[in-house]
Amino acid sequence: MLPILEARKSQIHETGAEPFRMTCEKPSLAGSVSQRACVFCGSRVVLYPIADAVHLVHGPIGCAAYTWDIRGSLSSGPELHRLSFSTDLQERDVIYGGEKKLYKALIELIDQYHPNAAFVYSTCIVGIIGDDVVAVCRRVESERGIPVLSIQSEGFRGTKKDGYRAACDGLSKLVGTGPTDGVGKTSINILGDFNLAGETWMIRDYYQRIGVEVVATITGDGRIEAIRRAHGASLNVVQCAGSMIHLAKTMEERYGIPHLRVSYFGIEDMAKSLYDVAEFFHDASIVERSRELVRAEVAAIMPELRRYRQALEGRRAAVYTGGAFKAFSLVRSLRTLGMKTVLVGSQTGNQEDYELLRELCDEGTILVDDTNPMELSRFVQEKEVDLFIGGVKERPIAYKLGIGFCDHNHERKIALAGFEGMLNFAREVHSSVMSPVWKLVPRRRRAPS
Amino acid sequence: MIAAATTIRPAPASSVTKNACKLCAPLGACLVLRGVEGAVPFLHGSQGCATYIRRYMISHFKEPLDIASSNFGETTAIFGGQANLREGLRNVVRQYAPQLVGIASTCLAETIGDDVGFYLRQIAAEGGEPLPELVHISTPSYTGTHVEGFHATVYALVEALAKPGPRHEAINLLPGMISPADLRYLKGLLSDFGLEAILLPDYSSTLDGPIWDEYQRIPPGGTPIEAIRRMGSARATIEFGSTWDRSHTAGTLLEERFGVPRYELPAPMGVTQTDRLVDVLGELAGRPLPSGHAEERGRLIDSYVDAHKYIFGKRAVLYGEQDLVVGLASLLAEIGMVPALCASGGKTGRLQEQIVALEPDLREDATVLEGADFAEIEAHAAAGHFDLAIGSSKGYGLARKLQIPLIRVGFPIHDRVDGPRLLHLGYRGAQQLFDRIVNAVIAAAQDASPVGYSYM
Repeated sequence: MLPILEARKSQIHETGAEPFRMTCEKPSLAGSVSQRACVFCGSRVVLYPIADAVHLVHGPIGCAAYTWDIRGSLSSGPELHRLSFSTDLQERDVIYGGEKKLYKALIELIDQYHPNAAFVYSTCIVGIIGDDVVAVCRRVESERGIPVLSIQSEGFRGTKKDGYRAACDGLSKLVGTGPTDGVGKTSINILGDFNLAGETWMIRDYYQRIGVEVVATITGDGRIEAIRRAHGASLNVVQCAGSMIHLAKTMEERYGIPHLRVSYFGIEDMAKSLYDVAEFFHDASIVERSRELVRAEVAAIMPELRRYRQALEGRRAAVYTGGAFKAFSLVRSLRTLGMKTVLVGSQTGNQEDYELLRELCDEGTILVDDTNPMELSRFVQEKEVDLFIGGVKERPIAYKLGIGFCDHNHERKIALAGFEGMLNFAREVHSSVMSPVWKLVPRRRRAPS
Repeated sequence: MIAAATTIRPAPASSVTKNACKLCAPLGACLVLRGVEGAVPFLHGSQGCATYIRRYMISHFKEPLDIASSNFGETTAIFGGQANLREGLRNVVRQYAPQLVGIASTCLAETIGDDVGFYLRQIAAEGGEPLPELVHISTPSYTGTHVEGFHATVYALVEALAKPGPRHEAINLLPGMISPADLRYLKGLLSDFGLEAILLPDYSSTLDGPIWDEYQRIPPGGTPIEAIRRMGSARATIEFGSTWDRSHTAGTLLEERFGVPRYELPAPMGVTQTDRLVDVLGELAGRPLPSGHAEERGRLIDSYVDAHKYIFGKRAVLYGEQDLVVGLASLLAEIGMVPALCASGGKTGRLQEQIVALEPDLREDATVLEGADFAEIEAHAAAGHFDLAIGSSKGYGLARKLQIPLIRVGFPIHDRVDGPRLLHLGYRGAQQLFDRIVNAVIAAAQDASPVGYSYM
């Protein structure tokens, strides 16, 4: 049996066992082979979809190279976000400092691409070699007249969550700097959707159809001007709460804008996202339109969903996500398809998240925090799962053992949010679980089903 | 002919790398360590390096690729990484029971001045649970590229493990960064010559293996550690690649320290370069080319003759690791194509010289760019006329913009499923490349035809 490190045992729990105690929100154990990335990763993924800004990674080449055009975030206009820029620090820069190179790089990029803002991401060594990134940003900002934001995302300064926070700090410097003329009362910002495969557009369309104005989408299909006027909205609707809650809280303190936590994955959560917003505005017509929309959209997808459910009933799934909020929606969506989640976890969940997961899942479900390949492979074998939902790093674990896999990470090219997305999700799950290739896998052949 | 072949810089050197045509050194280290039996790659630095590199390599190889990290935090960056290294190593040993852990130091560890070699000696001296072989490789990402990381790791493994001993008949083969399919091909070729080969690294099955019955902590396969020890008493070393620092190669080390004769050859791409390898193997084995391979060679030349017209004079953009670009340029030259733009993110100052050394005519016909990024490659490509691009998936944007076919070779292949199974080397690899290139040119002409045709 695959070993579990003693120091990791408090981050694993099987539901039903008492007492329930889950250690979480702590740095990964050295040598454990965590699936997490770093602070830089957190900042980079959150700001990535802002399409009319240049994103300059200050450091040696790796960090920029590994994040070049890797997200499925779409833009309706400019596509600067798909380019990878790096100061590509060399040994001499490490010795003499990289400030001059950073300055020149920013000037070159701004003059060449005419962005509406620039983000500068600090990588691990920037603080250590003593670069004053803030001063360089300030100088370029005054010389070129666009916001130039320093994102303090040195990889070792915490976890991915600290990177989210650094990104939100950058965004909160933009919010409030633009005019709010023409923004109506019934208006929201969509926070924490990244327009993977056009999902932000679907969600924006739903809200507009029920009569709610969308001021800024942060950061899916993001634009600097829209972010600058986001404080004109009456409500922040926050998905992927882990990454964006910090910005929502800042806007609440600063501008008195309340926020709602939502999820757009699965029928129940999607419908609730519309109803909650409708309720917030105390407007009977919005409530009525939401009901009509949900009714029509659900009716449109139900016949096909039912067919998939018939085939999938009783199958077992494992779910491992970055933020825990998506895991809740996935457990519910799988249930809609008749499937049972037997292993679930996240890289960055907190105590409250795991408490919720425990309530949501059936008895005997394994919960894991900041897990690793050894634990995941042990539990998927033990629990005989038919499907694994995760990201690129989990895929070979599933495939090597002959288990179906669905990508629910930021690389994907298929929209999984909203009602339409639920149907896509069902198709994805169905084509993963029902493929005849599993019949050829020796391990699956032997397993009783 | 757009320019004489010099390593040219028409625009002032840019201060910013735009869409890099290179990766960082630790990635090369991880790739090599995946090709050593029972080894676990360990990056001494932040968690992100390990995770990013895993994701990048998994997307190409589609195999589990666990990379451990010492997981620096703020206090580690201030006080040094010894405690994290110790804890990390212990946890890797408990989880993976490895025979070897390769510790590659990242830019963070190098910048704070961590003395990993010293730490490792201390940790080993502390006793406690027995430790596997520990090999340290210095791979700060601010020097060189993934290619330098790759070679530095081969060098470090040989330096740490190779031993003197009574001469044996095996041949050391240091093939550089090639695909699992290439590794399998080379093993087959040497075995058909009746030669025992010690390949380092050998990730032919660790990174392109069969489906598993149960989860393997470390994928089976790779160069056995015992075999690396025996490299010091091998009969000869064959080392591919010519664009990197020869004074510091594992082959040179084996020659200087243990007197193992060294043969340096370019990557065997195309008939001409494969013939050079085959000549050396024939000399070592004392026998002619085995008949199966001779037939492959014959069929390859026959197909060159059958299809030469479709590709004559066609101009290609080549990009990628320098040794790959040299090999491709030689292959294209022998089939009548023009490798008109040869670019690499690597910067050893030898790319142009080595291309011309193999194909003197290219002095006039090829523009060579070193230290290039995709923005620069694209600018050059857009200024001339090109018929196709050959390189990794990262040139997809370039090919799409220029509306020319892309022949995917090398690493990474992130937008197709067959990256690990692509064969580039030997007569067989040349055949596959040739067929793909010719068919792409034919298809482009066919697609551009106003009437279309199914017979030619």
